Amino acid sequence: MAGLAAAFGSGAMTNPIGDIEQADVILITGSNTTENHPVISSFIKRAALLKGRRLIVVDPRRIKIARYAHAWLRPHLGTDVAWINGMMHVIIAENLHARDFVAARTTGFEALRATVAAYTPERVAQITGIPAAELIAAARIYAGAARASILYCMGITQHTTGTDNVKSLANLAMLCGNLGITGGGVNPLRGQNNVQGACDMGGLPDVFSGYQKVADEAARRRMAAAWGVDELPAMAGMKVTQMVPAAHSGKLKAMYIIGENPLVSDPDLNHAEKSFEKLEFLVVQDIFLTETARQADVVLPAACHAEKEGTFSNTERRVQRVRKAVEPPGEARDDWRILCDIAARMGRPMAYADSREIMEEIRRVTPSYAGISYERIEQEGLHWPCPNPEHPGTPILHREQFTIGKGVFHAIEFVPPAETADRDYPLYLTTGRVLYQYHTGTMTMKSGGLNEIAPECFVEISPADARAYELQDGGLASIASRRGRIQARVHISPKAVTGTVFLPFHYARAAANRLTNAALDPVSGIPEFKVCRRYKGGVKPTASRN
Amino acid sequence: MGDTANLIVINGTETTFEPGDTILDAARRIGIDIPTLCHLKGATATGACRVCLVEVQGARSLVAACAMPAAPRMVVATESAKVVTARRLVIQLLLASGNHNCLVKGSDGRSFEAYAERLARAGGNIEPCPAWGDCRLQELAWRYEVTGGRFSPTPPRYPLEDVNPFIVRDFSRCILCGRCVQACNEVQVNQAIHFGYRGARSKIIAAGDRPYRESDCVFCGECVQACPTGALVEKEARHAVRPWETRRVRTTCTYCGVGCQTELHVKENRVVKVTGVPGAAPNDGRLCVKGRFGFDFIASPERLTTPLIRENGSFRQASWEEAAGLVARRLTEIRAAHGPDSIGVLTSARITNEENYIAQKFTRAVVGTNNIDHCARL
Repeated sequence: MAGLAAAFGSGAMTNPIGDIEQADVILITGSNTTENHPVISSFIKRAALLKGRRLIVVDPRRIKIARYAHAWLRPHLGTDVAWINGMMHVIIAENLHARDFVAARTTGFEALRATVAAYTPERVAQITGIPAAELIAAARIYAGAARASILYCMGITQHTTGTDNVKSLANLAMLCGNLGITGGGVNPLRGQNNVQGACDMGGLPDVFSGYQKVADEAARRRMAAAWGVDELPAMAGMKVTQMVPAAHSGKLKAMYIIGENPLVSDPDLNHAEKSFEKLEFLVVQDIFLTETARQADVVLPAACHAEKEGTFSNTERRVQRVRKAVEPPGEARDDWRILCDIAARMGRPMAYADSREIMEEIRRVTPSYAGISYERIEQEGLHWPCPNPEHPGTPILHREQFTIGKGVFHAIEFVPPAETADRDYPLYLTTGRVLYQYHTGTMTMKSGGLNEIAPECFVEISPADARAYELQDGGLASIASRRGRIQARVHISPKAVTGTVFLPFHYARAAANRLTNAALDPVSGIPEFKVCRRYKGGVKPTASRN
Repeated sequence: MGDTANLIVINGTETTFEPGDTILDAARRIGIDIPTLCHLKGATATGACRVCLVEVQGARSLVAACAMPAAPRMVVATESAKVVTARRLVIQLLLASGNHNCLVKGSDGRSFEAYAERLARAGGNIEPCPAWGDCRLQELAWRYEVTGGRFSPTPPRYPLEDVNPFIVRDFSRCILCGRCVQACNEVQVNQAIHFGYRGARSKIIAAGDRPYRESDCVFCGECVQACPTGALVEKEARHAVRPWETRRVRTTCTYCGVGCQTELHVKENRVVKVTGVPGAAPNDGRLCVKGRFGFDFIASPERLTTPLIRENGSFRQASWEEAAGLVARRLTEIRAAHGPDSIGVLTSARITNEENYIAQKFTRAVVGTNNIDHCARL
């Protein structure tokens, strides 16, 4: 988000999903697409296998989508800036970049050129482990395409250098003129159904809906007038990753948590648990009694998506309808009705007849949603920005110019990850999802079928590492980092790269985030889930057999 | 017009066609319904089932409309006597190719109850077809008044497979149309199933004829959605849900950020089945295992049904009046004692736009802080 916004002026996916099959070359990095976005992966596989498009996959793990790749690069964890700089080095050195596009639509090229000059394929090979010839070949494939699409996910953002990684991908796409065109773009794949919408609607500490800055006095005045209040706070608030330490230090006294389960998904879980215990008052509003809800003072029962009317905004900025199919159980209510009830009791009534009335208010105060009404999206959703009722929506961003005018190149140096392996903790740990479970599992683990196929936490380890630590496939291993220890079933897999193990984070009983590092990317506040050390002693055959 | 380069006549109506159009495409453009069975939109035409046979003037035999390219000055009849005779024969042969007992013994009854009764009277443990009322073959048999029984049915060659939690494969009801193979290989590109064996022993196989569980199958269920008969059916819905008992509600999937368009099939206030919406962006009918089969949580007995208040270390049920009142009072007290910035709100990537908007309004205008975020970063 922060990285793309700095480069282009907007943090969202630049192109629609349907565009993927129009690209001549698709570059995927940090996205285990077949597991996390299975339907998007079908577009990619169709393009690569049936339509003759070229596919480049850059990922430390031998993920399934790599089977379909024409080039698969395997960088060491946390070395993304280096390989991207290396590709740009090759492209500029061989004069393959889009000179007209760079001249007409971007700024900062000279500084970029100066920085990437030092990233020769040989040096990049030393940092990343990617052989120079493979890097050069991939750079030529990407730069040789008339239209090339970049897709990425949390494997790029969940690092202390996440924002730099994203800016680097933006650099690469601009360098080759791959923006504002069908089949091009820099496309972050959103992991949750309405992450895009939560951001669009101002569920962020520094912006109102439509990314209007709270620091902007005019925006504040407009919103205050629309909401019938005298004034609104001007200082940006705390990010979730700042709230947890603030709760620990006593600065934050109360939290109201809606539909999130940070006590499984948070980094450095042990610390998060202690922090939540220190709160004077914790409200959790959810559909299940989650690990987080169990710590609450008050738990409020909410309706789920099948029980309510409204809209979600998907990863391609398409606003789509959600419709009520069944009645909520017992006394569970729509989340908005609960909030409005409490607001009224706090002396500030917010009254709406239904979700449509809320959408009408959203349109009035959110320029990018102004043209989106329930009537217009009855059959098919619209992509924001959609500034008026006649506007067809914007599937492709930055067509004539970037949201911020000219696209900004950021010259970025490679910085090694916050934690690297050492003698006590010799292996890297990376975390992620599996196809059959979702996030903290509060929904998928209610399905007998999904549990039957993906019942428990596992640790994926390469055959060589398994031999080195004397682990048996199917046995139990204990895995520890400086922050904690968990047990998981051993999966010996050629997917894993030697020196790195993978753990899914879904399982509360073996929460991978007991091991992860709360070190944050300084700009976006995204924790470093993808790289951290693992304690060697933990994987010796102390492995129990229960 | 004068230019006849891209003109075709179908059932007496002159129409233009686009380069690359088949006869089927050209007919559909002007609303002429040529029945199809094996044809799967977006996949290579195979012409396997022969249901879409049409008569082309001057051609020696009938041709498959789904595979035959439209050509200039072609004159096509889609429901001529010759076509209908051939089509009825094709349907009769398909009905006889396996266990398609919906129309056995000359019945043309359209009530499921009458059908089930008839089967029961016939004795033995004959299972009624799980796809009754939702079967393309049955629909065609009705349309062309084919009652089955002309040829003696082929006995089932392969046993039913249900050793996975999601999909039942009943080979006795498979007509080998190949739609599932195309759905798997050309639509979802999971490459898990293929045609296996030859001739009368033909079978749709996974991984060298093993169960789905032991193959590359990822249970996206695209094959089930593509199956025109009762050969592939959702395990949970099989026999438990008949199509006329459900109401369908179009909505957006609640798992990842793709936003697949789905239809929830609802029976007695319960979601019992989920299908993709063909032709609708972004997924064009495709779903994954979670979107199609991961709906049990909605009706889970573990759902929260009343507000809970912690008292002496454990929860007790409370009324909305009491719980909402307590939350309002405590937030007001804490704000008065420590200021609005001592309160933080986590809104959610799971709830709607409207609810996220209300959450930010609540945080900023009611509590008076910008301490609002969600877990997108996690």
